[in-house]
Amino acid sequence: MIELQNVSRIFSVGDQEVAALRDINLKLGDGEYLSIMGPSGSGKSTMLNLLGLLDRASSGNYLLDGGNVTDLSDAELARVRSEKIGFVFQSFHLVPRLTAAENIELPMMLAGIPAEERKPRVARLIESYGLGARADHRPDQLSGGQRQRVAIARATVMNPTVLLADEPTGNLDRTTGWEVLKLLEGLQEQGISLVIVTHDAEIGARARRRIHMLDGRILSDESSGA
Amino acid sequence: MRLTDTIQFASSSLRGSPTRTVLMMLAMSIGVAAVVVLTALGEGARRYVVNQFSSLGTNLVIVLPGRTETAGVGPGMMTGQTPRDITLDDAEALLRSPAVSRIAALTVGSATLSLDALNRDVVVLGSTPSLLEVRHMKMALGRFLPPGDIHDSASVCVLGIKLKQELFGNDQAVGQWVRLGDRRFRVIGVMASQGESMGFNTDEVVIVPVASAHQLFNTSGLFRVLLEAKNRDYIEQLKHDAEEIMFQRHSGDRDVTVITQDAILATFDRILMALTMAVGGIAAISLAVAGVLIMNVMLIAVAQRVKEIGLLKALGAPGRQIRNLFFAEAVLLSGIGCLAGLALGYLGSAVIGQIYPNFPVSPPWWSVLAASATALGTGILFSVWPARRAARLDPVAALAGK
Repeated sequence: MIELQNVSRIFSVGDQEVAALRDINLKLGDGEYLSIMGPSGSGKSTMLNLLGLLDRASSGNYLLDGGNVTDLSDAELARVRSEKIGFVFQSFHLVPRLTAAENIELPMMLAGIPAEERKPRVARLIESYGLGARADHRPDQLSGGQRQRVAIARATVMNPTVLLADEPTGNLDRTTGWEVLKLLEGLQEQGISLVIVTHDAEIGARARRRIHMLDGRILSDESSGA
Repeated sequence: MRLTDTIQFASSSLRGSPTRTVLMMLAMSIGVAAVVVLTALGEGARRYVVNQFSSLGTNLVIVLPGRTETAGVGPGMMTGQTPRDITLDDAEALLRSPAVSRIAALTVGSATLSLDALNRDVVVLGSTPSLLEVRHMKMALGRFLPPGDIHDSASVCVLGIKLKQELFGNDQAVGQWVRLGDRRFRVIGVMASQGESMGFNTDEVVIVPVASAHQLFNTSGLFRVLLEAKNRDYIEQLKHDAEEIMFQRHSGDRDVTVITQDAILATFDRILMALTMAVGGIAAISLAVAGVLIMNVMLIAVAQRVKEIGLLKALGAPGRQIRNLFFAEAVLLSGIGCLAGLALGYLGSAVIGQIYPNFPVSPPWWSVLAASATALGTGILFSVWPARRAARLDPVAALAGK
């Protein structure tokens, strides 16, 4: 359960103040499938960063699973990110010198989970994401689709409650893009919340709940019955 | 994050840019090796001098004629006199000190040594029987100068081993007569090989009773008197006694110089130690340079891996963890570089030791310790800033590569 109350995010550019988000109110239930759409500069990426606790609101409150995370310290925010949030990026963001398996293992390593517990979890994910033959390959030896599957495996390895995807199909061809999208939707069906930021209307339309943004405000918030 | 994971991750990022890593470690190891080798050389020089001095004897107090003035004009110079001689009686009188255990009077000159048609110019040492013990010398054949009155000018001599070989080859030498200047001497013994000590080769000298030497060179003054103190604690007392005895015998003139072997040794020790430290210090500057290099490389690494740092933050790594990762990289870099440098330094010292076997080259423990500490210290110190910079990066900007 995520709730944004009157959240604004204001950037200072030179001596000018630019509001990327203005007075946003949003409630997101567990297991929801939400797409955020809008033109460049509409504030959708800022929104995603805020939801992912990578950025802080200039004003307003952010409640995550009932707790107020607005005023947590950087270290506490890092812990919440580690436990509850998974990121999928447009450009995958895999560590180039690590193998697919090691990339998937990374969040668990950072969280201090012992190696003997990490290996079986990584093995299970590699198997279920169809990467079995590619476990020991480095990112530059993988196709775009495979890279994004490794990234999704990495995002889910800590069993987060919400998955934040920023243009997850932006760097993929149409066919692989659909495959990745199906994979994400499959995860959502298993109970994880899924937030996808996109400017592809066709992809955005697949979400049960769709937000359109413009100039830092929510223009429309539509839901279709499940 | 666990320590082993931190180290593994840091070493994987070092392996990720092998050229840079190897060059860094090279810089670090050259610095460490330079400190080790240079201090080993200095220490070797110090030990060499110490060894040379101890081979001259132990607990020695040396009395020599004339007073060494470090400035101005010495006594007697104005009147054109040479310093008053130290006579054999003076030497005997020195035995009155309760602190003395042995005494060896010494006169040095050169003469022509001949046997039949063989001639050779040699250094003649006029001395007393206790020279053997005082100078820690050893006999090869026969015996040393016979005990007796110091004024007794017996016609006996002891040959250095090299002279014996040159004159007699493998024939019997003891009991034979040789000519030294205008006198005939009977060979009563041959010195064992002592090797060179302080530039003076005892293998090529002839040793005769001191009174015989005085007759040979038509002199009555001694070159040196070597006094051996009963033990280390008596050295200062003996020095004082010797000064007083000579003062009285020379009717109130302080015209002899009394020095202790320890004082000379200590001076050399201090000089060479200071030299070693100075050279080591200069080499340590290269370590500081290596430290600056590490900082430079770490800053580049932070800049190159901005996106990775952003990712780690997004995956839940707090700033502290990111700082530790870069810290671990610096420690690994300087640690491995330091170990390689120590190995290189010991290898270099060993090679020098092989080339100059007489020179006791060995890195002193304090320099090994200091080099390692400086290497690790600078490595860690100079990575603080880059690591903090990485830890403070804003995750959103870092992910975007800004």
